[in-house]
Amino acid sequence: MNKLITWIDNRLPVVGVWNDHLAKYYTPKNFNFWYYFGSLALLVLVLQIVTGLFLAMNYKPDAHSAFASVEYIMREVPGGWFIRYMHSTGASAFFIVIYLHMFRALIYGSYKAPRELLWVIGMVIYLALMATAFMGYLLPWGQMSYWGAQVIVNLFGAIPGIGPDLALWIRGDYVVSDATLNRFFALHFFIPALGLPVLVFLHIVALHHVGSNNPDGVEIKKNKDENGVPKDGIPFHPYYTVKDLLGVAGFLLVFFAIVFFKPEMGGYFLEHPNFIPANPLQTPEHIAPVWYFTPFYTVLRAVPDPFLGVVAMGSAILMLFLLPWLDRNPIKSWRYRSALHRFSILFFVVNFLVLGWLGVKPVTPLFAEFGVRATEAYFLFFLVLWIFSKQRSSAFYFIVYALTMGLLVFYDFTRVGSSDPTIVWPALLWPGFYLTMCLLGPVFTKFAQEKPVPERVTSK
Amino acid sequence: MSSTVGAQPENELESDERVDVKKRRFLVAATSAVGATGAALLAAPFVLSISPSERAKAAGAPVEADISKLEPGQIMRFEWRGKPVWVVRRTQAMLDALRENDKYLRDPNSDVKTQQPPYAVNEYRSIKPEFLVLVGICTHLGCAPTYRPEVAPADLGDTWHGGFYCPCHGSRYDLAGRVYQNVPAPKNLEVPPYSYLSDSRILVGKGSDIT
Repeated sequence: MNKLITWIDNRLPVVGVWNDHLAKYYTPKNFNFWYYFGSLALLVLVLQIVTGLFLAMNYKPDAHSAFASVEYIMREVPGGWFIRYMHSTGASAFFIVIYLHMFRALIYGSYKAPRELLWVIGMVIYLALMATAFMGYLLPWGQMSYWGAQVIVNLFGAIPGIGPDLALWIRGDYVVSDATLNRFFALHFFIPALGLPVLVFLHIVALHHVGSNNPDGVEIKKNKDENGVPKDGIPFHPYYTVKDLLGVAGFLLVFFAIVFFKPEMGGYFLEHPNFIPANPLQTPEHIAPVWYFTPFYTVLRAVPDPFLGVVAMGSAILMLFLLPWLDRNPIKSWRYRSALHRFSILFFVVNFLVLGWLGVKPVTPLFAEFGVRATEAYFLFFLVLWIFSKQRSSAFYFIVYALTMGLLVFYDFTRVGSSDPTIVWPALLWPGFYLTMCLLGPVFTKFAQEKPVPERVTSK
Repeated sequence: MSSTVGAQPENELESDERVDVKKRRFLVAATSAVGATGAALLAAPFVLSISPSERAKAAGAPVEADISKLEPGQIMRFEWRGKPVWVVRRTQAMLDALRENDKYLRDPNSDVKTQQPPYAVNEYRSIKPEFLVLVGICTHLGCAPTYRPEVAPADLGDTWHGGFYCPCHGSRYDLAGRVYQNVPAPKNLEVPPYSYLSDSRILVGKGSDIT
């Protein structure tokens, strides 16, 4: 056995890679629950590629036979329903895992120097994932597939000047049609099978170059023993391979419970109108994207002008890319940041969930107004994040508070004539409450105080 | 790259005076230029290949429709260029109510030229007042609005005189396809080019010369 390994290692550096990235790759010893989701994301990617490959063996990317071929997979291909439900549940699971992975980075400041590029590569992966999921959703060629694609492709049509031609080029026809389905299938296979693995590889290379952050936000590489091993580090293998395997087991228990007992998840993982074949002449009563897109969909709907709506939605994603440069506070982990910063992040999470929930609801005047307010709060979070980069003077807080509240109220006056004032003004409380807490809190309370960061990681 | 190699010779061969650094630079530049041009030209067929095919373009031919069986107040739908086309036979009451909507509309006089052919720029946005012909695609993001002819239903409010309501993002149009203010849709519904072949037949996709 040893002889064989030596023979291979002389020709391919397997031992070196094993040591550098697993057996002698030192990771902080204080990883907690939130550190499961990186490896789980990798697991789901593999699951999606394998199930997708086998689905592609029976699926037909043709407008006349696509819907029927999916039903054929569900009813007649042996085990076909199982593979498809793994794939469709996997799509939602992927986003749950990724959102939790991003939340981890947010609370522990994992996007800060020297990990900015690691974060940006991760965001590119997130974008590629959204593109893949969107194109995959067209493939069953149901009503929701069809009209969802119609709406999203027309977003490009809202760009002034080149818009209509660009939308035509993306569809390859005047409407979403066979040509669109065919190319979406090709891309839905290409991006995750070839693009994502390259991006994930870069993500891991960048991670192993700078090393992992941890719940304390302490750089373990700054504290090494005489052998050059970080004092707070433990080798990834076997410590975290075992921990991650436990995470995998827990994840798969939940995952297969959904696959077997609740694959449609009450219409959230597989929407009900998608069990009706696509009909270009009839829009479903209510179009909603799948849950993982709905926060950004609400932002889109909050702006009346179509092009500005697209700009708002694009900016909502762009803000996440800019996180490392907006949050300039040298303290990484929220454990040692101010109470107000922790409040701000938790508010952002609740607000993001509200945005998502509104995105699946039909537009009533009340929900439309909530959508505007939650969108305002979404963008205000990034302003607050930047302001909390350091301690500011009372005057600074007052001026920013007055300016921002003034802008919100000014915008309200331009639109209140056409909306119901008894909805508009009370709803101002949502972003108003958030701003008041975060901008006046530091002036009148002690909640803006930060704690000293320890030299070494703490073990809880 | 080549300049640093030339400036700081690393081995004997590089320091040899016979190495023609100028020629190397020229070759690298020339090869890059030719390569870049080739790559750009090679990209063209790929980019073009996903534009609409000849077959897709040819499918855009005009479509004939029989409107004789349409009862007053009824709507019929058919496909032209893969888009839904509606024909609504409006009652006199519907036509009379149109003017009351003017104050709520974004473009009551059909000033945006792209949304209808010149012969449909009038109070009713149609050739014959009775028959309204529209492309049934919301000008916001391309959903198909629903036909809501009833007056003042609970969900649409007291000022509603019948029209089209888009379920996707709540855009509203009146019974001439004119868009309301303060909804996401920016423009009136499009009136396709069409003409009357006879009193009971229309041709959608080809306009008449009558203005």
